[in-house]
Amino acid sequence: MKIHEYQAKEIFANYGIPVDKSIVCRSVEDAVKAYEQLDSQKVIVKAQVHTGGRGKAGGVKLAGDEIELRRHAAAILGMDIRGFIVDRILVGQAVNIDREYYVSYVVDRSTKSAILMLSREGGMDIEEVARTMPEKIHKFAIDPSVGVPDYLAREAAFKLFDEIGLVRQAATIFQKLYSLFVENDASLAEINPLVLTKEGAIVAIDAKMTFDDNALYRHPKIALLNEPTEEEKKEQSAKSKGFSYVHLGGDIGCMVNGAGLAMATMDMIKLYGGNPANFLDIGGSSNPTKVIEAMKLLLGDRNVKVVLINIFGGITRCDDVASGLLEAFKQIKTGIPIVIRLTGTNEKEGRALLRGTHFHVAETMGDATRRAVELAKQYQD
Amino acid sequence: MSILINKDTRLVVQGITGRDGGFHASKMKAYGTNVVGGTSPGKGGEMVQGIPVFNTVRDAVKETGANASVIFVPAAFAKDAMMEAADAGIRLIVCITEGVPTLDVVEAYSYIRRKGASLIGPNCPGLISPGKSLVGIMPSMIFREGGTGVISRSGTLTYEVVYNLTAKGMGQSTAVGVGGDPVVGLYYNELLEMFENDPGTDSIALIGEIGGDAEERAAAYIREHVTKPVAVFIAGQQAPPGKQMGHAGAIISSGTGTAAEKIAAFEAAGVPVADEPSQLPALLKQRGHL
Repeated sequence: MKIHEYQAKEIFANYGIPVDKSIVCRSVEDAVKAYEQLDSQKVIVKAQVHTGGRGKAGGVKLAGDEIELRRHAAAILGMDIRGFIVDRILVGQAVNIDREYYVSYVVDRSTKSAILMLSREGGMDIEEVARTMPEKIHKFAIDPSVGVPDYLAREAAFKLFDEIGLVRQAATIFQKLYSLFVENDASLAEINPLVLTKEGAIVAIDAKMTFDDNALYRHPKIALLNEPTEEEKKEQSAKSKGFSYVHLGGDIGCMVNGAGLAMATMDMIKLYGGNPANFLDIGGSSNPTKVIEAMKLLLGDRNVKVVLINIFGGITRCDDVASGLLEAFKQIKTGIPIVIRLTGTNEKEGRALLRGTHFHVAETMGDATRRAVELAKQYQD
Repeated sequence: MSILINKDTRLVVQGITGRDGGFHASKMKAYGTNVVGGTSPGKGGEMVQGIPVFNTVRDAVKETGANASVIFVPAAFAKDAMMEAADAGIRLIVCITEGVPTLDVVEAYSYIRRKGASLIGPNCPGLISPGKSLVGIMPSMIFREGGTGVISRSGTLTYEVVYNLTAKGMGQSTAVGVGGDPVVGLYYNELLEMFENDPGTDSIALIGEIGGDAEERAAAYIREHVTKPVAVFIAGQQAPPGKQMGHAGAIISSGTGTAAEKIAAFEAAGVPVADEPSQLPALLKQRGHL
């Protein structure tokens, strides 16, 4: 789950990490009021959206007086940045930047731990730095049983600063950022850039945080900050019914048990010349109620011309799955052709039950996919 | 032969009084797994499906000599269950539970390592050494004894592959589902090493998916260290960037973790990649001249 910069900065401030003084605004009038409160000639106006690249899109501007501020606020509010409409801006005191750095904690799959990542190349896209100058990124794996002791924080800070006063300032920030990261079950806590001001202070002038969805149950305050997009709402409502759903935009709707098999199914559709409408994993079992809910979800997508059901009967035997499907389809009225592929335990019995019905029954994933692609093409003609 | 589990595996089922724990305990026992006990705090002394229940894993180990555990407790308690098993001296801990917070796994994994034990999962179907032992929730009837080692991040996709292998007369030495989360225990390289050293394994099927760079590292490992034939299938070629495809770990982030990169890495290492799961048996046979 993502949150906005201003929300992340609030959390940063609660942990004692220095951030620039800023106020979130929803209108030009709000922005003007904020400008008065901030008591700073120069301010920065930043779009608050759940996507990167806002600077390049024109969503970050400096203003030197009220007229400029009004102009930028009006331009940025309502702007479309990669499909996100800006409804909030952050107006902050402009900082006199001497140098910019990169700092983050992220969960690393290969060391199976949180890692602290640092670079003197702050302010730019860190993926770009990783690609072009990987030697300029420093990584420290954190042992979860000890966290970030003073020596480690200092060692890390020396990668960015040479002067001991600055090293101490930075080391404290790294320790606080780690507490914030683990105590809130973040999957990313990033400061880009962390700046050294001309006055010699170290300040986070941007803040980015994402959270582990599996841990939100123990962070109700953070969960409240969730602002799902329309598509994410659909995915979340599917999740609450025990499904994983991702819209893809093609015309062959898929219903599969298991995430890996569901991914393989959409890959096969493409391989055979078709276009998958979605990824849908209905989970291990396939009882009638689940199938009905899943069909509703698929048929709610008007692009869907064919439905491909791919079920591997493991613990749930294929004949039980087949009876479940027959039961479910008594309650679903649709003219859309349905291809069913059942494999696994008692597959022959399962297929026998489906024979003579309006379903197209296939034996292998290849057969089923070919059939679904053909049917989708017929519909187009 | 097999890896990780065999006839000597003595299994304790953590969360045996829950619905899933009880159901799969009886399935594992019926398959022939030596299920020596279960745990459920406060229910020590009871019996579930003829299996004695203990209050703690330590009691179970003391009374039964258990050396492996399988965990079915809810996600919020999984970290504690994993650590309890490691502290009680269990050598192999298999966590089936889905939805465990990532930092809980980070903490438990580090503790398990310090205790010298091994972790499989979480969010995994477990493992099976056909004809010897089943630890987890895999549908045992599709497996046959044989020489192909199977490593996978997925559940039903593994069954699909195993089903195809069995149909082509290729049984399995051990099949391991490593789990679909970003952070899990044993992974490709450790398991590839075990299969390479296992005299009962003559070929290896590896089933990967989008997210992370473990497949790329496995490709490099195979090139350097694996002499047995390996064939690969990668799921998620059509996955859009930034979207989680069911598994928490299956996500393309910032343009990395794509199926195309993984396929290219295996091809560069001389490892054949199947277009569809049903091609894996033939690819292994070609490579191994079996």
